[in-house]
Amino acid sequence: MTRKKRRLYFVILGLLAVGAAAALVLSALRQDIVFFFSPTEIMEAKVPTEGRRIRLGGLVEQGSVVKEGATVRFKVTDGAHALPVVYEGLLPDLFREGQGVVTEGRMGQGVFVASEVLAKHDENYMPKEVAESLKKSGHWQGEHPEQVQK
Amino acid sequence: MHRFANPARFLRIAAIIQPWAMAVAALAFVAGLWFSLFVSPADYQQGETVRIMYIHVPSAWMGMFCYTAMAVFSAMGLIWKHPLADLMARATAPVGAAFTFICLVTGSLWGKPMWGTWWVWDARLTSMLILFFLYLGYMALADAFDDPERGQKAAGILALVGVVNVPIIKWSVDWWNTLHQPASVVKMGGPAIDSTMMVPLILMALAFKAYWIVVLIFRTRSEIASAKLRTLRMAQVHAAGQAE
Repeated sequence: MTRKKRRLYFVILGLLAVGAAAALVLSALRQDIVFFFSPTEIMEAKVPTEGRRIRLGGLVEQGSVVKEGATVRFKVTDGAHALPVVYEGLLPDLFREGQGVVTEGRMGQGVFVASEVLAKHDENYMPKEVAESLKKSGHWQGEHPEQVQK
Repeated sequence: MHRFANPARFLRIAAIIQPWAMAVAALAFVAGLWFSLFVSPADYQQGETVRIMYIHVPSAWMGMFCYTAMAVFSAMGLIWKHPLADLMARATAPVGAAFTFICLVTGSLWGKPMWGTWWVWDARLTSMLILFFLYLGYMALADAFDDPERGQKAAGILALVGVVNVPIIKWSVDWWNTLHQPASVVKMGGPAIDSTMMVPLILMALAFKAYWIVVLIFRTRSEIASAKLRTLRMAQVHAAGQAE
């Protein structure tokens, strides 16, 4: 084996080893890398919520938003379960019913007390006219056609 | 491939390619900016803020592309000892670092009005920040030794180890749930982005790539010149030492 060949194999082996190590570490840390938990994971107690600040993510349930002064109550759903959330503060521009959100806070008595609400954007980009015509013709692919409200 | 490792041949070919790359970069950049700012429509949800994407996304692609190129050049330098490959890896690093920085800054500017925050530690944003630090580490390490060859070797190994981060960036949005949205352009089942918005995106990506070629040639040429200068100086010092 020439020295060049040996170096080539050494580099390939090294890359494989580093890749394998990274894969193992990342899969072991899965719980810590995910940015938020779903309502199902929290309600079925699959993640520890006791006294911990956690993030809850999902869609804002249709018709669940109630505003009382500066306080907002809404439900975050993932289709299977809906978790009530109470929040006091400013909401981001993209916050509306049917929109994805990530909220950070603590579990109270059956209510998630949020101290921060972030809007989650999806991967679809299109002009307003296209969105409206898609909705009109019934070809809307999104799970929540109510996004087009304006 | 080994034919192109000759610096004289590289300089000859580079002299032909460079003006063309400059023209492509300038034209695509002007056209890309025109399409992103005036021709393309506002988004149905984001409104005019969507225009940040036309800088943000091609910059992110460049950050990952330059790093991959740097790792390939470094591998060629380490395995086949091509001095030219090492110089090209060195020349690519600051370009990639600059685009990664632009990506992070524009993403932050978009995040504030859309998400409601400048920054979160989700998998996509964090892995992109790590990419930026990898570039900085590479550049620091390459210059950290008195003997440039040793610095190049150490930095080359760092570039190769860090390349594991590139697929993590790409698929971070699929492997873990993140605040960052999943891929819109390069994904299964075709792009989820309207064609009127795809045009400026592609033009900007083309402009950035051509810009990289222009800068790569400039920087590699100056690296070749400074390597020659170093050899000449060494010969001079050596000759003076023998004369004494």
